[in-house]
Amino acid sequence: MTLDSTPGTDVVLSVRDLSVVYDGADPVRAVRGVSFDLARGEVLGIAGESGCGKSTLAYAVTRLLKPPGRVASGQVLFRPADGPPVDLSTLHGEALRRFRWNRVAMVFQGAMNALNPVLSVRRQLADVFTAHRPELRRAEREDRCRELLDLVGIGPERLSSYPHELSGGMRQRVLIAMAMALRPDVVVMDEPTTALDVVVQRDILTEIDRLRARFGFAVVFITHDLSLLLEISDRLAVMYGGRIVEYGRAADLHTAAHHPYTVGLLRSFPRLRGERTVLHGIPGSPPDLSRPPAGCAFTARCPYAFDDCHHTDPALLTAHTTGPTTRAACLHYDPAVRPDGPPEALHAGRFDPDPGPAPSTGGAGR
Amino acid sequence: MSILTVSHLSKHFPLRDGRHRRTLRAVDDVSFELRSGQTVALVGESGSGKSTIARMLVRLTRPTAGEIRLDGTPVATGRRAVRRYRRDVQMVFQDPFASLNPAHTVEYHLRRPLRLHGVASGTADVRAAVHDLLTRVNLTPADQVARRLPHELSGGQRQRVAIARALAPRPRILLADEPVSMLDVSIRLEILNLVDRLKREEELAVLYVTHDLATARYFASSIMVLYRGQVVESGPSDEVILRPAHPYTQLLASAAPDPGSPRTAAPGGMRALRGGQQPATGSGGCLFRDRCPAAMDVCRTEVPEFPVAAGHMARCWLRQP
Repeated sequence: MTLDSTPGTDVVLSVRDLSVVYDGADPVRAVRGVSFDLARGEVLGIAGESGCGKSTLAYAVTRLLKPPGRVASGQVLFRPADGPPVDLSTLHGEALRRFRWNRVAMVFQGAMNALNPVLSVRRQLADVFTAHRPELRRAEREDRCRELLDLVGIGPERLSSYPHELSGGMRQRVLIAMAMALRPDVVVMDEPTTALDVVVQRDILTEIDRLRARFGFAVVFITHDLSLLLEISDRLAVMYGGRIVEYGRAADLHTAAHHPYTVGLLRSFPRLRGERTVLHGIPGSPPDLSRPPAGCAFTARCPYAFDDCHHTDPALLTAHTTGPTTRAACLHYDPAVRPDGPPEALHAGRFDPDPGPAPSTGGAGR
Repeated sequence: MSILTVSHLSKHFPLRDGRHRRTLRAVDDVSFELRSGQTVALVGESGSGKSTIARMLVRLTRPTAGEIRLDGTPVATGRRAVRRYRRDVQMVFQDPFASLNPAHTVEYHLRRPLRLHGVASGTADVRAAVHDLLTRVNLTPADQVARRLPHELSGGQRQRVAIARALAPRPRILLADEPVSMLDVSIRLEILNLVDRLKREEELAVLYVTHDLATARYFASSIMVLYRGQVVESGPSDEVILRPAHPYTQLLASAAPDPGSPRTAAPGGMRALRGGQQPATGSGGCLFRDRCPAAMDVCRTEVPEFPVAAGHMARCWLRQP
C-alpha cells in the first residue's frame, strides 16, 4: 500500500508502513502501519484525538522518540533537494545530529513547558547555533538570534527575557523562531496553538503561513482541531487508534468525508456562522492500544459497523465516491466487501443514521 | 421560575508592582440575569474575568462590589446562608482530572452533597439517589460506575460525574466553567448536549463560560462578550455572532476557525497583543482602544451601553445613535 501524493510532485518526506511500540508489560502499539508523502512546501494536517498516536508519529518522524518508545517497523525516507534520499532509521551519531534540526525541525506542544525556565531566550536560541553551527563567532550568533526574533515579530530587547516574562503567544513565537534557525526543509508542529486564545492563534497561523511562503519549508501540522486543519492544510490525514483512517485533499474532505470517524468528527464542531444543525459528537471512547482490536479500531463507536468490521482490519483504499485523491480505511469503501458502495446515510455525510432533536435554546427557533 | 440577578458586580485585586500599588479590575461593573430553562454564554479570552465571575456567583470569591440576588433576595453572608445558597447554585469546573478526589469512589463524590444538603438520608435512600444521578447523566450501569475511582474513568465520564455531583443538591442554577475545554473533540458535544438536555428537563438556568464562540452560539440563547472585566457586547446569540457590533467581538469572530463559511477579514490593523503586559489603558474610557483600528478621541471617555438592536447592546462609541 502506498500513498503517493499527486504524481509528479516533489516529495520531501516519505513515511512507509511506520509502526511505533512503547515497550512494557503491556506494549502499546501507538502507531500502526502509517504511510504518507509530504510534498515540498505543502501543509499536511494530521488530525486526531488524544491517544490516537499523532504525537508519537511526530516524534518518530523527527527521530526524537525516546525509550520505551521505538520504531518497530517501517521506514521514514527524507529526500533532500540536493542529494540522494536518506533513510532516517539508518542515521546514527554525528550523521543524526547533523540531520536533526538542520533538515527537520519541530515546534513542540505546550509553549509553556517546551522552553527552559531558567535560561534566557538568548541562551536558548544561541544554543541551536552553538550545537549546529559551531563555526559561528559570538557576535555572529548574536546577530542570528536577533534576526530570528525579528522574523517572528519580537523585538531584540526580548533576548534577555526569561520564558516566564513572555506571554503564551510570545513563547510560541520563540519556539517557531527556534525551529526556523537552520532553515529546515520540514517543520513538524505538534499542537502549536492549542493553549492559545483564538486571536493569538490566528496571529501565529498567519505568521507560520508568512514564513512558509518566504522559506518554502513543508509543514506537518498536528492538532485535534479538525476545523482548523480544514482551513490551513493542503492535505489532511485523520488518525484513529494508531492508524490513518482517511487521507486526502483538505478541500475534498471538506465537501465529502468518507470514514465514519471523520464524518463524526466533522459533526462534532458547531458551525460558527452556518445553519444550526443537529450535532452529536461520537459516543464511547478510543480503543486501548495495548490491546488493539482485531478488526477496525473504530468498530465499537461506529454506527455503521457490521460483522466483518470486528475481525477485518480495513486497508486505506481509494474511496471512489469523489475522486482519486481521497482514501479511507473502512470496509464500506472496499469493493470486495461492499460492491454496492457505502450506505446512503454515510454517503450523505450523516454520522447518526437516525438523528434526534436539536438543542431547544438555539437562536434559530426564536 | 428562578432568576439569578447580578447587578454591578466587580472584583478588584490589589497588585504590588515593585513599589507601586495598582488595582487589577478583574471584573468591572457586570450586570446580567440567568433565568430558568435558558443558557447564557459568557465568552472571553483567558484573563478576561469570566472564571472570576463564575466563582463570585458560586461564592468562592467575594465580590468587591455589586449584588447577587436569587429570586429577588440578596445573598446573605455566613456559613449557613452560603450553604443554603449553594443548594440552589452549583458549579461544574473546567478540569475533571482535578475536580474529583483520586482517592474516593464516584459514589463518595455524589453521597457527600446528597447528605450535606439533606436531599437524601439513610443508606438505601442515598444509594438510590446516587443511582438516579448517574442514570441522569448517562453513566450506566450505574451500580458499577458508582464503585469506580476517578482514574478508572475517561475524561468525558469524569466530567459526567462532576455534572452529577453538581445536580445532587437539586440546584436551580448551574454554572459551567469551560466544562469541555479539557476534553477530546468527539466527547465535547455529548457533554454539552447533556447539559442542554438537563437544562430542559429540570428547568435549570445555565451560565456557560467558554472561549469558544461556536458552541456558545449553538447552546446559548444569549451571549455576553467579556473584555478585560467588562461586558463589551451582549445580546441574542445569533445577533452577537452574525452581526457583531463591537470591534472586539468582530475580532474574536473573525479569528475563530470556521471552515464552513468564508472568512470575514478582521477589521484592518487589528492585532493580538504582543508582549506579556496589558496595554497601559487606565481606568475610564474604552479598554479596547489601544487595539482598536477605529479608536477616536471620544474613546478616552467612559463608554455607556448603546443599543444595537432589540436586546442587543455594545459598549462602543461607534454605536452612539
